[in-house]
Amino acid sequence: MSVLVLADHDNAAINQPTRSAIAAAGQLGDVHLLVIGPEAVAQAGAKIAGVAKVVHSPAEHIMAEPAAALIAGLADGYTHLLAPGSALGKNIMPRVAALLDVQPISDISGIVDADTFVRPIYAGNALATVQSSDPKKVLTVRAASFDPAAPEGGSAAVEPAQAAADPGVSTFVNAELVKSERPELTAARIVVSGGRAMGSAENFHILDGIADKLGAAVGASRAAVDAGYAPNDQQVGQTGKIVAPELYIAFGISGAIQHLAGMKDSKVIVAVNKDEEAPIFQVADYGLVGDVFKLIPEIEAELGK
Amino acid sequence: MKILVPVKRVVDYNVKVRVRPDGTGVETANVKMSMNPFDEIAVEEAVRLKEKGVATEIVAVSIGVPQAQEQIRTALAMGADRGILVETADAVEPIAVAKILKAIVDKEAPQIVILGKQAIDDDMNATGQMLAALLGWGQGTFANKVEVADGSASVTREVDGGQETVKLTLPAIVTTDLRLNEPRYASLPNIMKARKKPIETIKPGDLGVDTAPRLKVLKVEEPPKRQAGVKVASAAELVSKLRNEAKVIP
Repeated sequence: MSVLVLADHDNAAINQPTRSAIAAAGQLGDVHLLVIGPEAVAQAGAKIAGVAKVVHSPAEHIMAEPAAALIAGLADGYTHLLAPGSALGKNIMPRVAALLDVQPISDISGIVDADTFVRPIYAGNALATVQSSDPKKVLTVRAASFDPAAPEGGSAAVEPAQAAADPGVSTFVNAELVKSERPELTAARIVVSGGRAMGSAENFHILDGIADKLGAAVGASRAAVDAGYAPNDQQVGQTGKIVAPELYIAFGISGAIQHLAGMKDSKVIVAVNKDEEAPIFQVADYGLVGDVFKLIPEIEAELGK
Repeated sequence: MKILVPVKRVVDYNVKVRVRPDGTGVETANVKMSMNPFDEIAVEEAVRLKEKGVATEIVAVSIGVPQAQEQIRTALAMGADRGILVETADAVEPIAVAKILKAIVDKEAPQIVILGKQAIDDDMNATGQMLAALLGWGQGTFANKVEVADGSASVTREVDGGQETVKLTLPAIVTTDLRLNEPRYASLPNIMKARKKPIETIKPGDLGVDTAPRLKVLKVEEPPKRQAGVKVASAAELVSKLRNEAKVIP
């Protein structure tokens, strides 16, 4: 049987969370990849290892209402419909599920069998194993839990999708996306994060030096985002991004459970905080107690040696 | 214009939940319960739209145990006008919640339903999108800005890498993200006033909704625990350990 994965992309490249979803989908059946976007992205999707077929629907912007209608229309040929648990997948897949009268299963971190999945609940403080009785499964995939499929190695055919009618209740106005040379937060090998102790938006940029030296993505705690020091899409935690890099360095982050939920699966965790009782030290492999404003330049200098 | 705001009773966000030893779920007895934080943001947004003269009435709905009245009262104290409690002792999945809400929308005919983007207990992030699908309405999820004028809503949404704005024909669904607003604390006089506001109680069956779960919870377990590591004394020692011991940097 075949399974369908919705591709998340920026109109140029398919992102790593999608490739993690493809890897997860590969455990469930032959993977067909749905690309809503430019032809070039569909061609890139055809090269991803493990993709048996690309279904392509041209569009300038992916809007939830027509996208969900399109996916629900394609659902007959598939046992499982998946998407990465990105902002895109979270926006669209529950809508698809409701159109199909299915209870979606969000953010799966494990696959037991075709009907049974593991997913974190309560900010990752518990793992629930759930078995679905729905005839079709609609899933979003926690990217950090599945090694991504290789971007090259496949040679799938690209077929056009039957266009679905746009319900005509929404229009795209504009997008303001931050252009960054840094790796994407959920795909980065190293993440450098700052918390409220960074003190201001200006001071937050002190982290850039270390991030640049390490080729790291920059993350933030919810407290830092709430205080306006960092943009929301840098937020790591229960209600932000879930990351599991090889190295996670937390500067001035106390380690609320909501933040730990977003990074505790990192391979190596470093915490730098002036409060030696901060809960972040309980999950850190390496802890350094001290003032971040003194230690950040020192670490940056050491990295340059 | 009427606005409907669903509010969920959840374990308070400050509580460290514990998995029950028998693996059937998490311990919720004698645990502090509160309104889901994203739902507070939803109530606040509705109240602001009323204060701006855009909305005329705010109806708060909760689905759950009789004590979920407390969360409705909180919404009423923040500025909602009346409440509806759909009383059930069963765990209700998002699909059933969406169907219950659809039945209420059919009756109440709001122009906007504002929901929290996700509940901090099941972390599903699904109900708003599902309700939008069942109603055939547009959805502005993960909103950080909502502007309502001339029969439509402009919703600015948090997306990966920044934000985007969509325009929705009313009626429409909005789900809230953190930066949309900062919810107010209810004042004592408003808490007193809220006691006199009406709450209607109904059952899912009255709305013709089957709440039988689609997902069977086979087990709930604690995630693997991380061990605390070592403290290092200096930046130099830290970088040296990362290079030579953990081997995660060049």
